[in-house]
Amino acid sequence: MKDAGTSRSTGERDTRPIGRVMAQVAMVMNLDKCIGCHTCSVTCKQAWTNRSGVEYAWFNNVETRPGQGYPRTYQDQERWKGGWVRRPDGTLVPRSGGRLKRLATIFANPVMPSIQDYYEPWTYDYDTLINAPAGDDFPVAEPRSALTGRPMKVEWSANWDDDLGGGPELASQDPIVRRLGDKVRLSFEDTFMFYLPRICEHCLNPSCVATCPSGALYKRVEDGIVLVDQDRCRGWRMCVTGCPYKKIYFNHKTGKAEKCTFCYPRVEVGMPTICSETCVGRLRYLGVVLYDADRVGEAASVEDEKDLYEAQLGVFLDPDDPAVRAAARRDGIPDRWVDSAARSPVYALAERFRVALPLHPEYRTMPMVWYIPPLSPVVDTLTRTGHDGEDKDNLFGAIDTLRIPVEYLAELFTAGDTGPVDLVLRRLAAMRSYMRRINLGQERDESIASDVGMTGGEIEDMYRLLALAKYDERYVVPTAYGVDEADRGVIEEVGCSLDFDGGPGMGGMGGEVPFGEASGRPDEASVETFHALRERQTAEGRSGTGGRVNLLNWDGNGRPDGLFPPREGGDTDDERGGDPGPREEGRT
Amino acid sequence: MSGYGPVDLLLWGVLPYVVLVLVVGGLIWRYRYDRFGWTTRSSELYESRLLRIGSPLFHFGLLVVIVGHVVGLLIPDTWTRALGVSDTLYHVSALSLGLIAGFCTLAGIALLVWRRRTTGPVFSVTTRNDKLMYVVLVLAIVTGLGMTVYFAGVELAGGRTGDYRETVSPWFRSIWILRPDVAAMAASDAPYKLHALMGLGLFALLPFTRLVHAFSAPVGYLFRPYVVYRTRDPQPAAAGQARRPARRGW
Repeated sequence: MKDAGTSRSTGERDTRPIGRVMAQVAMVMNLDKCIGCHTCSVTCKQAWTNRSGVEYAWFNNVETRPGQGYPRTYQDQERWKGGWVRRPDGTLVPRSGGRLKRLATIFANPVMPSIQDYYEPWTYDYDTLINAPAGDDFPVAEPRSALTGRPMKVEWSANWDDDLGGGPELASQDPIVRRLGDKVRLSFEDTFMFYLPRICEHCLNPSCVATCPSGALYKRVEDGIVLVDQDRCRGWRMCVTGCPYKKIYFNHKTGKAEKCTFCYPRVEVGMPTICSETCVGRLRYLGVVLYDADRVGEAASVEDEKDLYEAQLGVFLDPDDPAVRAAARRDGIPDRWVDSAARSPVYALAERFRVALPLHPEYRTMPMVWYIPPLSPVVDTLTRTGHDGEDKDNLFGAIDTLRIPVEYLAELFTAGDTGPVDLVLRRLAAMRSYMRRINLGQERDESIASDVGMTGGEIEDMYRLLALAKYDERYVVPTAYGVDEADRGVIEEVGCSLDFDGGPGMGGMGGEVPFGEASGRPDEASVETFHALRERQTAEGRSGTGGRVNLLNWDGNGRPDGLFPPREGGDTDDERGGDPGPREEGRT
Repeated sequence: MSGYGPVDLLLWGVLPYVVLVLVVGGLIWRYRYDRFGWTTRSSELYESRLLRIGSPLFHFGLLVVIVGHVVGLLIPDTWTRALGVSDTLYHVSALSLGLIAGFCTLAGIALLVWRRRTTGPVFSVTTRNDKLMYVVLVLAIVTGLGMTVYFAGVELAGGRTGDYRETVSPWFRSIWILRPDVAAMAASDAPYKLHALMGLGLFALLPFTRLVHAFSAPVGYLFRPYVVYRTRDPQPAAAGQARRPARRGW
């Protein structure tokens, strides 16, 4: 266990030549910091899915674990048939079937979740509040189904079981708890829970892309973001089944699939995704990971599910390796991106420190949103029993004895292999003990670090990244264009952003459309974005977008009008004392 | 076979070309204007129990019916005879297969329409456009199937019916060589004429209704690798894309 972190040194690395180098913008979430506030979900919804047809779509959602997840029991692949399966000959095929079977079932997808597996979206009959005739009863805004407009009984929603994770009624329906069987005792003393924020995994081996008959879903070569081409999607709904994370939503108004976009309009100009930007706990990290695209298929089809985590790490390339840099240049990856990958917090947490783990590697999709498993259930239990929850020996012992959370976490992150989870938790525990000694003015104790296969220096680096990292260290996102800090605001960023084919500049948009509200050309996601960006980049000081805040454009800089309600007394001076100043000084 | 009136000329000599222009022009226009609206508009999210029976029943039935029409209309009777298929054998197999497929199609669409009417969310997303389409589609199926049943009955009773392979089929083929054989169609039985008109109506609606999804049958899926990679649009086709070509950075 001790040397697990150093087992794959460069010396014993695969000696085959490096295949095609590709770059992926990836994310790590530190679950210890998640307080389950759902700010990420809400801001994501405001930016992307506050439209009719996708009321039930949460590109970002936060689940309480143990719990059923969203949609309910989505992790039960025996039922929902997501991801890939390895055939006896070693090749991968989508669990829902190969090409012929898919076309044969195209007229009615046999395993698509219904709206009831998510929840029936609703609104309230607010009109009654205003227009009810005078009477003895106080008027009430009753819930109305957003699908039919009829009164409905609200019985479930995206977070109905929020915070009820350890409760026996709901936890027993968790597919993972069911698999672990009687190992998990849900008695009061043994309950545990934590939050799991989820977005699309932007997998290296995406099974949603593989199951799209139209070829509308694709993985972007430049940054690995998986997107739906709305003009090519024909609404066959196969991707909904194909994705084991159930992160593709069917827009029931437009009849097209929609999914998390990794906020590509923001990422393209070097801004973090909205869920990251607005994360209260600052638990998200964004960065580039270089990987060998030619080895993805091989890594995804290793025989033993428990080897998938290591196999995926084996696909990643070290941006500091001169051979990798040469290969990256050969394959057209800009040097800026390689430099960015070298500073990537995601690569550091996943590969250097080995504390981030993939979500459900056993689906064989090679997910690229990784998680630092929470130590909190262990520390909490320890503290509750009157022990010092930050003492090294206490913590290490507790990790060993508290099998329930560890095995549960292993089912989530390592296909049931408790070894890597154990190592991560021990490293996190070691970091607490090691840093506490420093805080208390005691000597640095290298033995704490070496117990978990690290050096004191590495622990301090990890501590810096996990505890202190500022905005620029958490979000290392290179821009997609040949735009650097140097020529920001000088270059002509866009032409006329309105005269694309059928756009407002071409006389399109607006007015009646013949095929219902969803027909015609959609608004380009970036029209408004780029107006705002240009304004911001060419403006002298910090500026807002004026009047209305579109979160897609907001980079946390300054305080645009409309973000906060006007203060009493009509005082508009934003920078007066007593106000929280602009966050994190020193950003450019 | 020689005489036909101006109505016949209009219906069988002019109308097919009007429909052809509508279909081709309509598809081009729809593709240019409304690629986003070009979808199946599936309602499976709302209701899947009935859909899982009705939709395959309808679609697979329809596929067989389409194959039947292609064989019946495009392959001249002289060819099948040359292959050694007797007229009796041809008729018996065509009628029986057609009846089975036709009933599947009709049962499927009946179930689907009933589902559409009775399932609240599905009914509330049904547009007027859809309703018009369903009327024409059901009429085309009913006239075709009714005709088949009627002729099968007559044949079973020992009577003779007009052979569409001497009237409708030559007319259909003649359309494509731009010399419409109006007289042949004018000489066919009334049920054939009615069914052909319904068919023309359905074709005319194809580009302008949800039926367009038939033109995006994903055959290419069988031949492409599972994972699709795409670069960002190199052209500044949409707003907000940098006009300069991307620099490689070194």
